[in-house]
Amino acid sequence: MIRDWLIQKVLPRSLWVYHTNCGACNGCDIEVLDVLTPYYDAERFGIKVVGSPRHADALLVSGPMTRQTAPAVRRVYEAVPDPKVVFAIGSCATGGGMWHDTYNVLGGADQVLPVDFYVPGCPPRPEAILHGIATALGLTPKEVHALHAIQEADEVEIEELAEEQRLVHERE
Amino acid sequence: MTIASKLKEALLCMKAGRVTLPYPFEPHDPEEGFRGLPKVDVNKCIGCGGCANVCPARLIRVIDKDQSTRVLVFLYERCTFCGRCAEVCPEGAIEMTRDFELSTDDVHDDMIGEYHIFMGPCERCGRCYRPPTALDKLMKPGMREDTIDRKCPMLCPGRTEEKE
Ligand code: SF4
Ligand code: SF4
Ligand code: SF4
Repeated sequence: MIRDWLIQKVLPRSLWVYHTNCGACNGCDIEVLDVLTPYYDAERFGIKVVGSPRHADALLVSGPMTRQTAPAVRRVYEAVPDPKVVFAIGSCATGGGMWHDTYNVLGGADQVLPVDFYVPGCPPRPEAILHGIATALGLTPKEVHALHAIQEADEVEIEELAEEQRLVHERE
Repeated sequence: MTIASKLKEALLCMKAGRVTLPYPFEPHDPEEGFRGLPKVDVNKCIGCGGCANVCPARLIRVIDKDQSTRVLVFLYERCTFCGRCAEVCPEGAIEMTRDFELSTDDVHDDMIGEYHIFMGPCERCGRCYRPPTALDKLMKPGMREDTIDRKCPMLCPGRTEEKE
């Protein structure tokens, strides 16, 4: 698809990001700040934080999507010129965190925006955010995969479950 | 004056040398006591559901798949890495690993754990059960289908008769 091709072209170059807090406790925002310090230095990948979504290539979303912020975040997303990528930083943005079912929260960022990359953690270490960026840029491989283990009746066995053995689980 | 201060700053920077971590290209392990992804050791788990009871993000689902299998489903994408599940587990089955490189492009497929625990079904009511404490476990060896004794276990909530 042309969008994917454009993202492949754009991502390895200088990525300008706009950071949106849509209800985070500020833990994740502090870690994003850490990533920009000389110690972690995300700028060596060409990353720069900009003050306006109209200048950005990527949107960094932290925090659960609250009812109040959802329309504003949607407008911010629409203001980012195409092609754009969305990073969800922190457990709140990836799945709603522990607020996933509270009355004022819609859920994770993917309830409102099409999220391209998730960095779970509460808050994620600065290294985890760097790993997320590096994985999105194709510099490092993805480490995480689904865990499946089964305990048998007679001898205990740990093995990969086949696809058809897994429970079907719907998510709220 | 300003040039002197600039020179001083440059000197300071030269003395400090390179401070940037080479991180994504070289590993950088977390500090002692870091809590990463909680993993369940299915050999130790007794399926008591204590972890699901305390998890603040309510991400652990306990499903009785059939009469002898209890499934713990961890929806890791909203885990807050608080370690309550590991703290409360009576068997020490949950380990807070040091994995922090959890970034993924498909959170619904990758951030999930599914653990199938074998449970002995009660002969009388057919429900999954395990003795509640390790002491009870010592006294009641017949938890499993193959070694189960013929008496209805005293701890079974569904027991109606046979008081000794
Ligand atoms: S993921 Fe944790 S640190 Fe980040 S905003 Fe949510 S509660 Fe705060
Ligand atoms: S670490 Fe905390 S949030 Fe994560 S599964 Fe355990 S109790 Fe739940
Ligand atoms: S608290 Fe421990 S023993 Fe009980 S269900 Fe959870 S992992 Fe298994």
